[in-house]
Amino acid sequence: MAERRETAVAHRNTQRRRVLKACCGLALCAPAAARGDETEDAAAPPQPGDALVFAYGDRAGQVIAPADVALGAKQILAYPMQREPRRVRDGTRLNQLIVVRLPPEKLGDDTRARAADGVVAYSGVCTHTGCDVTDWYGDVLRFKCPCHESEFDPGDGARVVGGPAPLPLAALPLKLVDGALVVAGSFEGRVGFQALDPFSAAPPQ
Amino acid sequence: MIRHYARAAAAVCISLAALTCAAQTERGYSAVTDARLESPEPRNWLMFLREYNSWSYSPLRDINTRNVEDLVPVWTMSTGTAEGHQAPPIVNDGIMFVTTPFNQVIAIDAATGDLLWRYRHQMPADIRMGHPTNRGVALYGDKVYTATSDARVVALDAKTGAVVWNKAVESYNTGYYMTIAPLAARGKIMVGVSGGERGIRGFVVALDANTGEQVWKSYTIPAPGEPGNDTWPGESWRTGGAPVWVTGSYDPQLGMTFWGTGNPGPWTGDTRPGDNLYTNSVVAFDVDTGALKGYHQYHWNDSWDWDEVASPLLIDLPRDGRNVPGIVHVGRNGYLWELERKATGISFIRAWPYVKQNVFTRLDPVTGRPEYDMDKKPAVGKAAIYCPSLWGGKDWPPAAYNPNTGYLYIPANENLCQHLIGEPVEYRPGQQFTGAQTLDFIVAEGATHIGEVQAWNLRTGERVWTHEFASPNWGPLMTTAGGLVFGGGTNDRYFRAFDAATGELLWQHRTNSGITGVPSSFEVDGVQYIAVQSGWGVDAQGMTGRIDRARGTETIVPQGGVVWVFALKR
Repeated sequence: MAERRETAVAHRNTQRRRVLKACCGLALCAPAAARGDETEDAAAPPQPGDALVFAYGDRAGQVIAPADVALGAKQILAYPMQREPRRVRDGTRLNQLIVVRLPPEKLGDDTRARAADGVVAYSGVCTHTGCDVTDWYGDVLRFKCPCHESEFDPGDGARVVGGPAPLPLAALPLKLVDGALVVAGSFEGRVGFQALDPFSAAPPQ
Repeated sequence: MIRHYARAAAAVCISLAALTCAAQTERGYSAVTDARLESPEPRNWLMFLREYNSWSYSPLRDINTRNVEDLVPVWTMSTGTAEGHQAPPIVNDGIMFVTTPFNQVIAIDAATGDLLWRYRHQMPADIRMGHPTNRGVALYGDKVYTATSDARVVALDAKTGAVVWNKAVESYNTGYYMTIAPLAARGKIMVGVSGGERGIRGFVVALDANTGEQVWKSYTIPAPGEPGNDTWPGESWRTGGAPVWVTGSYDPQLGMTFWGTGNPGPWTGDTRPGDNLYTNSVVAFDVDTGALKGYHQYHWNDSWDWDEVASPLLIDLPRDGRNVPGIVHVGRNGYLWELERKATGISFIRAWPYVKQNVFTRLDPVTGRPEYDMDKKPAVGKAAIYCPSLWGGKDWPPAAYNPNTGYLYIPANENLCQHLIGEPVEYRPGQQFTGAQTLDFIVAEGATHIGEVQAWNLRTGERVWTHEFASPNWGPLMTTAGGLVFGGGTNDRYFRAFDAATGELLWQHRTNSGITGVPSSFEVDGVQYIAVQSGWGVDAQGMTGRIDRARGTETIVPQGGVVWVFALKR
């Protein structure tokens, strides 16, 4: 699904550039172009350099600082945010993230490389049937999806450790820049789910 | 839309005799009228549970107790999808329609297994598919109707599968979705909505069968100013649940449709003190206007996730020395309910437990209102153990009623209890809004079995036989005039036939996966068939996982849907 979505976004970018060229050649449509940017950037996947913000609650839209992510505590639901200009990328729920902090001994090598002082971020959309991964087993430090009880190990790349999910949650690399949590790369892995459908070898007509 | 029909027909024309080709292409389509739905030909299975009374009963008798051991598969077909296949093969004069998870509709020649056409719904990428399943089509006129996981109703041309109209009934982004087989009657297509675990406000909506335009929409939670809204504190009615996710029944004489409603949300009742009408109820709507004509609430202020959505069975029942039009409901709350239905509303007759139930301490003999053991009622920060489990004595799988034996057949689960605690939850549109955590899923100590098929004599109120399974039972039942009860439901993948009178197991066949589909029976060219989809998933899989965790076992049930059609060996 991520591949398809990225293709769609790339296609929209190409279209936008064409429109911009045509419009700006006539010097007519700067406001319209700005509106296009806003919608598009809010639905674009997380970009390197983005900050993370709380998705819900009293602090919705506020930047998540490293100190906000308590060791071993339940995941924080977050969205990426473009920093300049500030724009929360909440135009699609496929950008919803879950963020936790783990003790060093619980981080596998690959996960450690994506972590920022023990803080890791993953797609919050279950790879089984797309539900929000909102539950947490604090005793074993695992994400749990409330819909069908898939469990994921955030210390090991959100590997599936229980339930029907077929794939890990997509991982989002983080880093610390001047003490702030910052997105360090693109999603690694597929965001969302895809129905098994052996009939669909040929595209739908 | 992929139309295999033309391709398949062309291939057959090239490779086989022209006669075969002609036979394959000339099966016409019989328009489905109100008269046919009200009195279907014995050879057909035209709706979810075959008739408006939701009996899941076929009057066909060629396959019977004397010859069922000769039942063999005559064709099978992979559906191409995993997850829970719950829809009955619905058959109209030799044309079969099945639905699958992820909203495919497949039309098949019911006798030969030739695939005629397939509709594949394009699902939004950002959908949350809480229950990847679908429970079947409705047929009306020359169209086939299906309800989708993104809360749409789609009308298809029955001959080609082409989309005639496609209408959203609500926004899937706010938690609404549909798994229900629509109910067709009097020019309308009626559906209810799922999403009780996501803070929806439930409703049933009727759409014009020709255009898809809304004719009426009736909420299952009253708004301010409507009777019953005072059973909800503050704004809780807006997100209170009461979904309707299994097909209703219909009484053409009364002009009333009867629908079961789900539980309120969040799950523990302390978050919304009051009776929370019309959750956990049967509600009656006027088929033409949607006006509420009556209701009966099985239990108030639910705290156990006991949706009472199963199709109400419309059966005449003895009351005060005479037979009255009745409603029979096998409650997820573990009680078997008998009600009377009249133009003026619904009234309680009697109810009794059919599995171990430790929450109700007493029923009011006149109204049927239960009293509770409050130690068994969880709340936010208060854990409680209760029986049966949150999946109930019976979840959605349909019971069946055979008018010849007078017996009601129940696919039950016994010996399961739940340890649950409420927790604070914030409403976020479209997200889980249950506010509850399962602490333990408990299998009763010393339990020798979990799944059951029970038979109850409704004339006497006595249980006449029980067949027990080590596995849980998630198999919808179907009964026939041949004196048989068919069902699967166990994690060993078997499809079975029982003697309807005695419960003796007469036949079984192992299939590809576990069976959670509604069986059906039909006749083409004088041959009786039995059909069912095999495809494990959704809650059957969830309960199996819970039992495994409780027992430290691992049960693997392969997934992947297959349509099975059986007939007597020739």
